[in-house]
Amino acid sequence: MTEKTAESSRLKTITLKVNHKEYTVDVEPRMLLSDVLRDELRLTGTHVGCEHGVCGACTIMMDGRPVRSCLVFGVQADQADIVTVEGLESQDGELHPLQKGFWEKHGLQCGFCTPGMLMTACHLLEHNPDPSREEIREAISGNLCRCTGYQGIVDAVEYAAKEMRERAE
Amino acid sequence: MSIGASLKRLEDYNLVTGRGQYVGDLQFPDQCEAVIIRSPHAHAIIRSIDVEEARGFDGVLLILTASDLPDDLRPIPMRLSPDPILEKALQYPLAKDRVRYVGDPVAVIVAKNRYAAEDAADFIHIEYEVLPPVTDAVQSLEPEAPILHPDAGTNEMYLIHGRKGEAAERLKTCEHVLEEELYVQRHSGIPMETRGLLALCDEGERLTVYGAAKVVHFNHQLMARLLNKNIDEIRLVETDCGGGFGPRGEFYPEDYLIPFAAMRLKRPVRWIEDRLEHFKATNHSREQKHRVTVGFDGDGRIYALRDEIFFDQGGYIRTHGTTVPSLTQAMFPGPYDFSDIEIVTHLVLTNKTPVGTYRGPGRFEGTFVRERVIDMVAAYLKLDPTIVRERNYIRPEQMPYSNGLSALGQVIEYDSGDYAETLDRARKFMGWEQFAGKQSRARQEGRFIGLGFASFVEKSGFGPWEFAEVEMRPDGRVICKTGLTEVGQGITTTLAQICSDQLGIPYGDVSVVHGDTALVEKGNGSFATRGAVVGGSAAWHAAGLLKEKLLKVAAGQLEVPVDMLALKDGGVVYAEAGQAAMPLEELLPICSDLGISLCEKYTFHIEHMTYPYGCHAAEVELDPDTGALQILNYYIAYDLGKAINPMLVEGQLIGGMAQGLGGAIYENLKYDEIGQLVSGSFMDYLIPTSMEVPEVTTEILENYPSPLNPLGVKGAGEGGTVAVAPAIANAIVNALQEYAIPFTSLPLRPERIREALKQRKPER
Repeated sequence: MTEKTAESSRLKTITLKVNHKEYTVDVEPRMLLSDVLRDELRLTGTHVGCEHGVCGACTIMMDGRPVRSCLVFGVQADQADIVTVEGLESQDGELHPLQKGFWEKHGLQCGFCTPGMLMTACHLLEHNPDPSREEIREAISGNLCRCTGYQGIVDAVEYAAKEMRERAE
Repeated sequence: MSIGASLKRLEDYNLVTGRGQYVGDLQFPDQCEAVIIRSPHAHAIIRSIDVEEARGFDGVLLILTASDLPDDLRPIPMRLSPDPILEKALQYPLAKDRVRYVGDPVAVIVAKNRYAAEDAADFIHIEYEVLPPVTDAVQSLEPEAPILHPDAGTNEMYLIHGRKGEAAERLKTCEHVLEEELYVQRHSGIPMETRGLLALCDEGERLTVYGAAKVVHFNHQLMARLLNKNIDEIRLVETDCGGGFGPRGEFYPEDYLIPFAAMRLKRPVRWIEDRLEHFKATNHSREQKHRVTVGFDGDGRIYALRDEIFFDQGGYIRTHGTTVPSLTQAMFPGPYDFSDIEIVTHLVLTNKTPVGTYRGPGRFEGTFVRERVIDMVAAYLKLDPTIVRERNYIRPEQMPYSNGLSALGQVIEYDSGDYAETLDRARKFMGWEQFAGKQSRARQEGRFIGLGFASFVEKSGFGPWEFAEVEMRPDGRVICKTGLTEVGQGITTTLAQICSDQLGIPYGDVSVVHGDTALVEKGNGSFATRGAVVGGSAAWHAAGLLKEKLLKVAAGQLEVPVDMLALKDGGVVYAEAGQAAMPLEELLPICSDLGISLCEKYTFHIEHMTYPYGCHAAEVELDPDTGALQILNYYIAYDLGKAINPMLVEGQLIGGMAQGLGGAIYENLKYDEIGQLVSGSFMDYLIPTSMEVPEVTTEILENYPSPLNPLGVKGAGEGGTVAVAPAIANAIVNALQEYAIPFTSLPLRPERIREALKQRKPER
């Protein structure tokens, strides 16, 4: 067997939906979902900060749950429905209330943890539309930020929660 | 007016939508990826390296060891505070015959992707002869300690001796003398994005390197020198940067190796540092032991200060030379007027990762030691620690004030300030006057609460110069080129606000260009809280020259004296009444017809640094059973002369506080006795999360604008960080005052609080 066929025989074909768009890609079984998203699908908004599941920068929504894409193999995401930071804006380009909140309330500095923070906060607000500051802090406690000291992020999530409640009324 | 307004950041749209472009986000055709093979031993001789088996692996493109690098390759030189004595301990991009810390680069492997490179890396066979390591700076000075760099002949690479007056003599005459040993542990900036580089080399040998940060123009020159290329054959490009804090952006071994590999392969080579690799490879910081002696009278007035500092440098001298130890010394007296000072610092090598700067270098360490000592003096005399501070502060009328010590090639000279005022605000905000009563009531309920204060002086605005070029385009938009770089601090917004103020246009009409050596002609970069002070002043002047030019043309057209006109609301107005005289849409075509270039450059020079200052205060509660510490209230007063964007300043203070908190309680780059880093992952190295960082109240003061720059600014980058550890330690000691536990070393771990409570019975 030539090297090339040896390699292609290791590849698995997966189909996944990311931000409402369907993709079919051939990946090595060991390839991390974070690398599939970033290197194969070129969705580089999802960041990789530690590759051992602690920092939360690579958090995405997979089948409605926030997951760390560095702890998931691409092949495990076959048939999954995924939302990344690139999928938060509305179709006409309007920012998600959380994106607005982070901008308004100085919820970011270097911006590297921001996509993961946004996805985690998104999940919080889907389940708790009116969280207290303490609840927000607890919800984002699996996402490390080295710049802001979190206060602006808590302010931002509060801002977004309020805007989303007002919209729903 | 844009200056002074909390405007939303121009940086944020891309960053909240996933459109940021960090170095790892770039992808070029044919791109391949490098992995660095690092020493697993703290100290060893390299006996042999066999790369043949790895070379045969599928997808492997290149393997480099020291013998593949040019014979005349020089080690990586010092950028700041260089000294010839230190040159014998500089680091080569790849270790030649000896490794000196776990993580020392030994080989590079480039393959079609990182998966393939890591597979092959396992099959590079390196034979080491393990040597005994030394992992403690004091032990490293003992005669039997192994010598790291035989050419240097000693592990004590440098001795800094700073003095004012005669401290030894003065101590003999002091009524009271206190001697203490204090320790600050190793920790570092640990940005959320690890380091990374992407180098491209075309057939014409022209090199483009993405991922540069912090000091792009300096590294440009250095890269050309080390690679033996002309400066115009290399272009360095800054990308979005996931946090700086000191370590990122210095010239590291990889800054040579990755471009070198790209030149060999003529393919784009990417290297993204792994997080576990980051913990071993990127600069550590902070580790110091202090033996401090103070002499004082019965009122707590301190006259003499003597300190002997053991500075743990790690295995090599890196780009900061003597910067951190000399800053530690020179800033050690802080806001106090001590008449006689003597400080000796030993810069010592150990078999650990080399160190450099981290936010508030030398001040975090020195402020912890000094502010603990002030509280110890107060406890010894049974005085209120805030009163002891008051009795020792430099007074506003003593300004400008020199403490007689030097760092970064200049004598420390505080330009202006009122240190007592920030303490007073902190006392009032925290309710210090009523606290003793509150504390005893809490104790009756079995609760241990305490309140601590820490004063600090920061330094900022390090020169010698910074560059700006401001151009108004025919459509009225402004391009501001700066020698500064963006590490997340918001320099784009800050400079846009400055240009907006000068030119009377919305700040959103200003585009800031930075960190590209092909676009910006020169620069010194973003470090040492110098951006707003030096780069901001350069932009202010360049935009000011452009304003003068525009007004001169308008005055000619309107046939009025120039000084009757001003720029406002997107046009020329009559200065006094403010009514519109000529919109820019009209003026700009006239300038164009007259052939007037609307581009101005300015290099702002500054000889002396400027010194912001403030006070931190923490109220804590301790759990007597577990030792757990909860911060009930945290306050920072900070006078920075002038805030260009108060929202960004507050962000710097609170974010800085979170990093200071990490250093105070959680973060520790701990080594075992054979020199293995035992806290080299996020499972072991604890970055404060949203559950640990409290809500912080900040008070930004502008009472003492700097007389040294046109904006009056003193910088905001580091004041949030430097005084957290002593404020919290003093609060812990205050909570446990009848236990007489010193708390002289960091981090302040709950297990230590608990042990201390168990071991020492209250003195009743």
